[in-house]
Amino acid sequence: MSFDDWMLALHVLSAFAMVAGMTLFWVLVVAGWRTDTPADILRMGPLSKVAGAAIGIGMGGTIVLGIFLAFSIGGYDIWDGWIVAAIVLWIAAAALGQRASAAFEPPVKKAQELQAAGQTGPSAELLALNRTTRGLVLQVLVSIVILLIVIDMVWKPGA
Amino acid sequence: MSVVALIRPDSWNFPLFLHVLGAMILVGGLLAGAATLGYARGEARFLKLGYWTLLAVSLPGWVLMRIGAGWISSKEGWDDLPDELVPTWLTIGFFVADLGGLILLVSLIVGGIGVYRLRQGKGSGLLRTTMVLSLVLLAAYLVAAWAMAGKPD
Repeated sequence: MSFDDWMLALHVLSAFAMVAGMTLFWVLVVAGWRTDTPADILRMGPLSKVAGAAIGIGMGGTIVLGIFLAFSIGGYDIWDGWIVAAIVLWIAAAALGQRASAAFEPPVKKAQELQAAGQTGPSAELLALNRTTRGLVLQVLVSIVILLIVIDMVWKPGA
Repeated sequence: MSVVALIRPDSWNFPLFLHVLGAMILVGGLLAGAATLGYARGEARFLKLGYWTLLAVSLPGWVLMRIGAGWISSKEGWDDLPDELVPTWLTIGFFVADLGGLILLVSLIVGGIGVYRLRQGKGSGLLRTTMVLSLVLLAAYLVAAWAMAGKPD
């Protein structure tokens, strides 16, 4: 395997990490839809960290190695339409992902407050915070953008 | 860098997309399922969530990945080659995909019995087995993804 082959393999593995993290976030969103106790919300914290780490590694790896490959591989240029589209979509995914993550913070904070106050039973307010439409819409949008990146990478329109 | 990747015919793109998307869903489901089972710490709700994640995400991902693999393989003409000419990366890919599918099935059956036992108030040992198998599969499929993308000789 050449150095470029290694970089491509790591680029693809980074994309896998990104999608894996996104999948885990979806599991948490779906589980959160029926979660109304502080203990259950807080139990999701470590899973959220695993998802965040996978997405962080994935996002970093895809952009750094992707740009490297655009310069390194003959026949591809950084200004190729499909590469520019991928970078724009990556930026959109990062921005939407940050907002989605922020949209799911209030239930965690509320759960911590309730736990600290000794209120460990079901809370309608907590459930309502978990069922954030804004968070759900942002999560759907991030997923669509990531899907578009995969489509762009496979079809390479204009290449 | 593979020349094939640079000049791939358009008709290969959709099967390749299905294959890659399925593999990503499979790996995502394995990570999500194994992590949920791992962090459940005996809590029945999270153990069930981990199991259902494997069943509802990883299994469809595997089916999509395997259908895409067979389709793109036949499109690229690998099926017509004698065994000794089949490249290592493809051998690794099919071996891990098929053996992994079998292990995934076993882990889901074991996990299903585990969920049943959990409902009966018995232990969660079988779901721990499912988690270990999921982690093994996760590692194996990452190796397969590396082989598919890097195409070692």
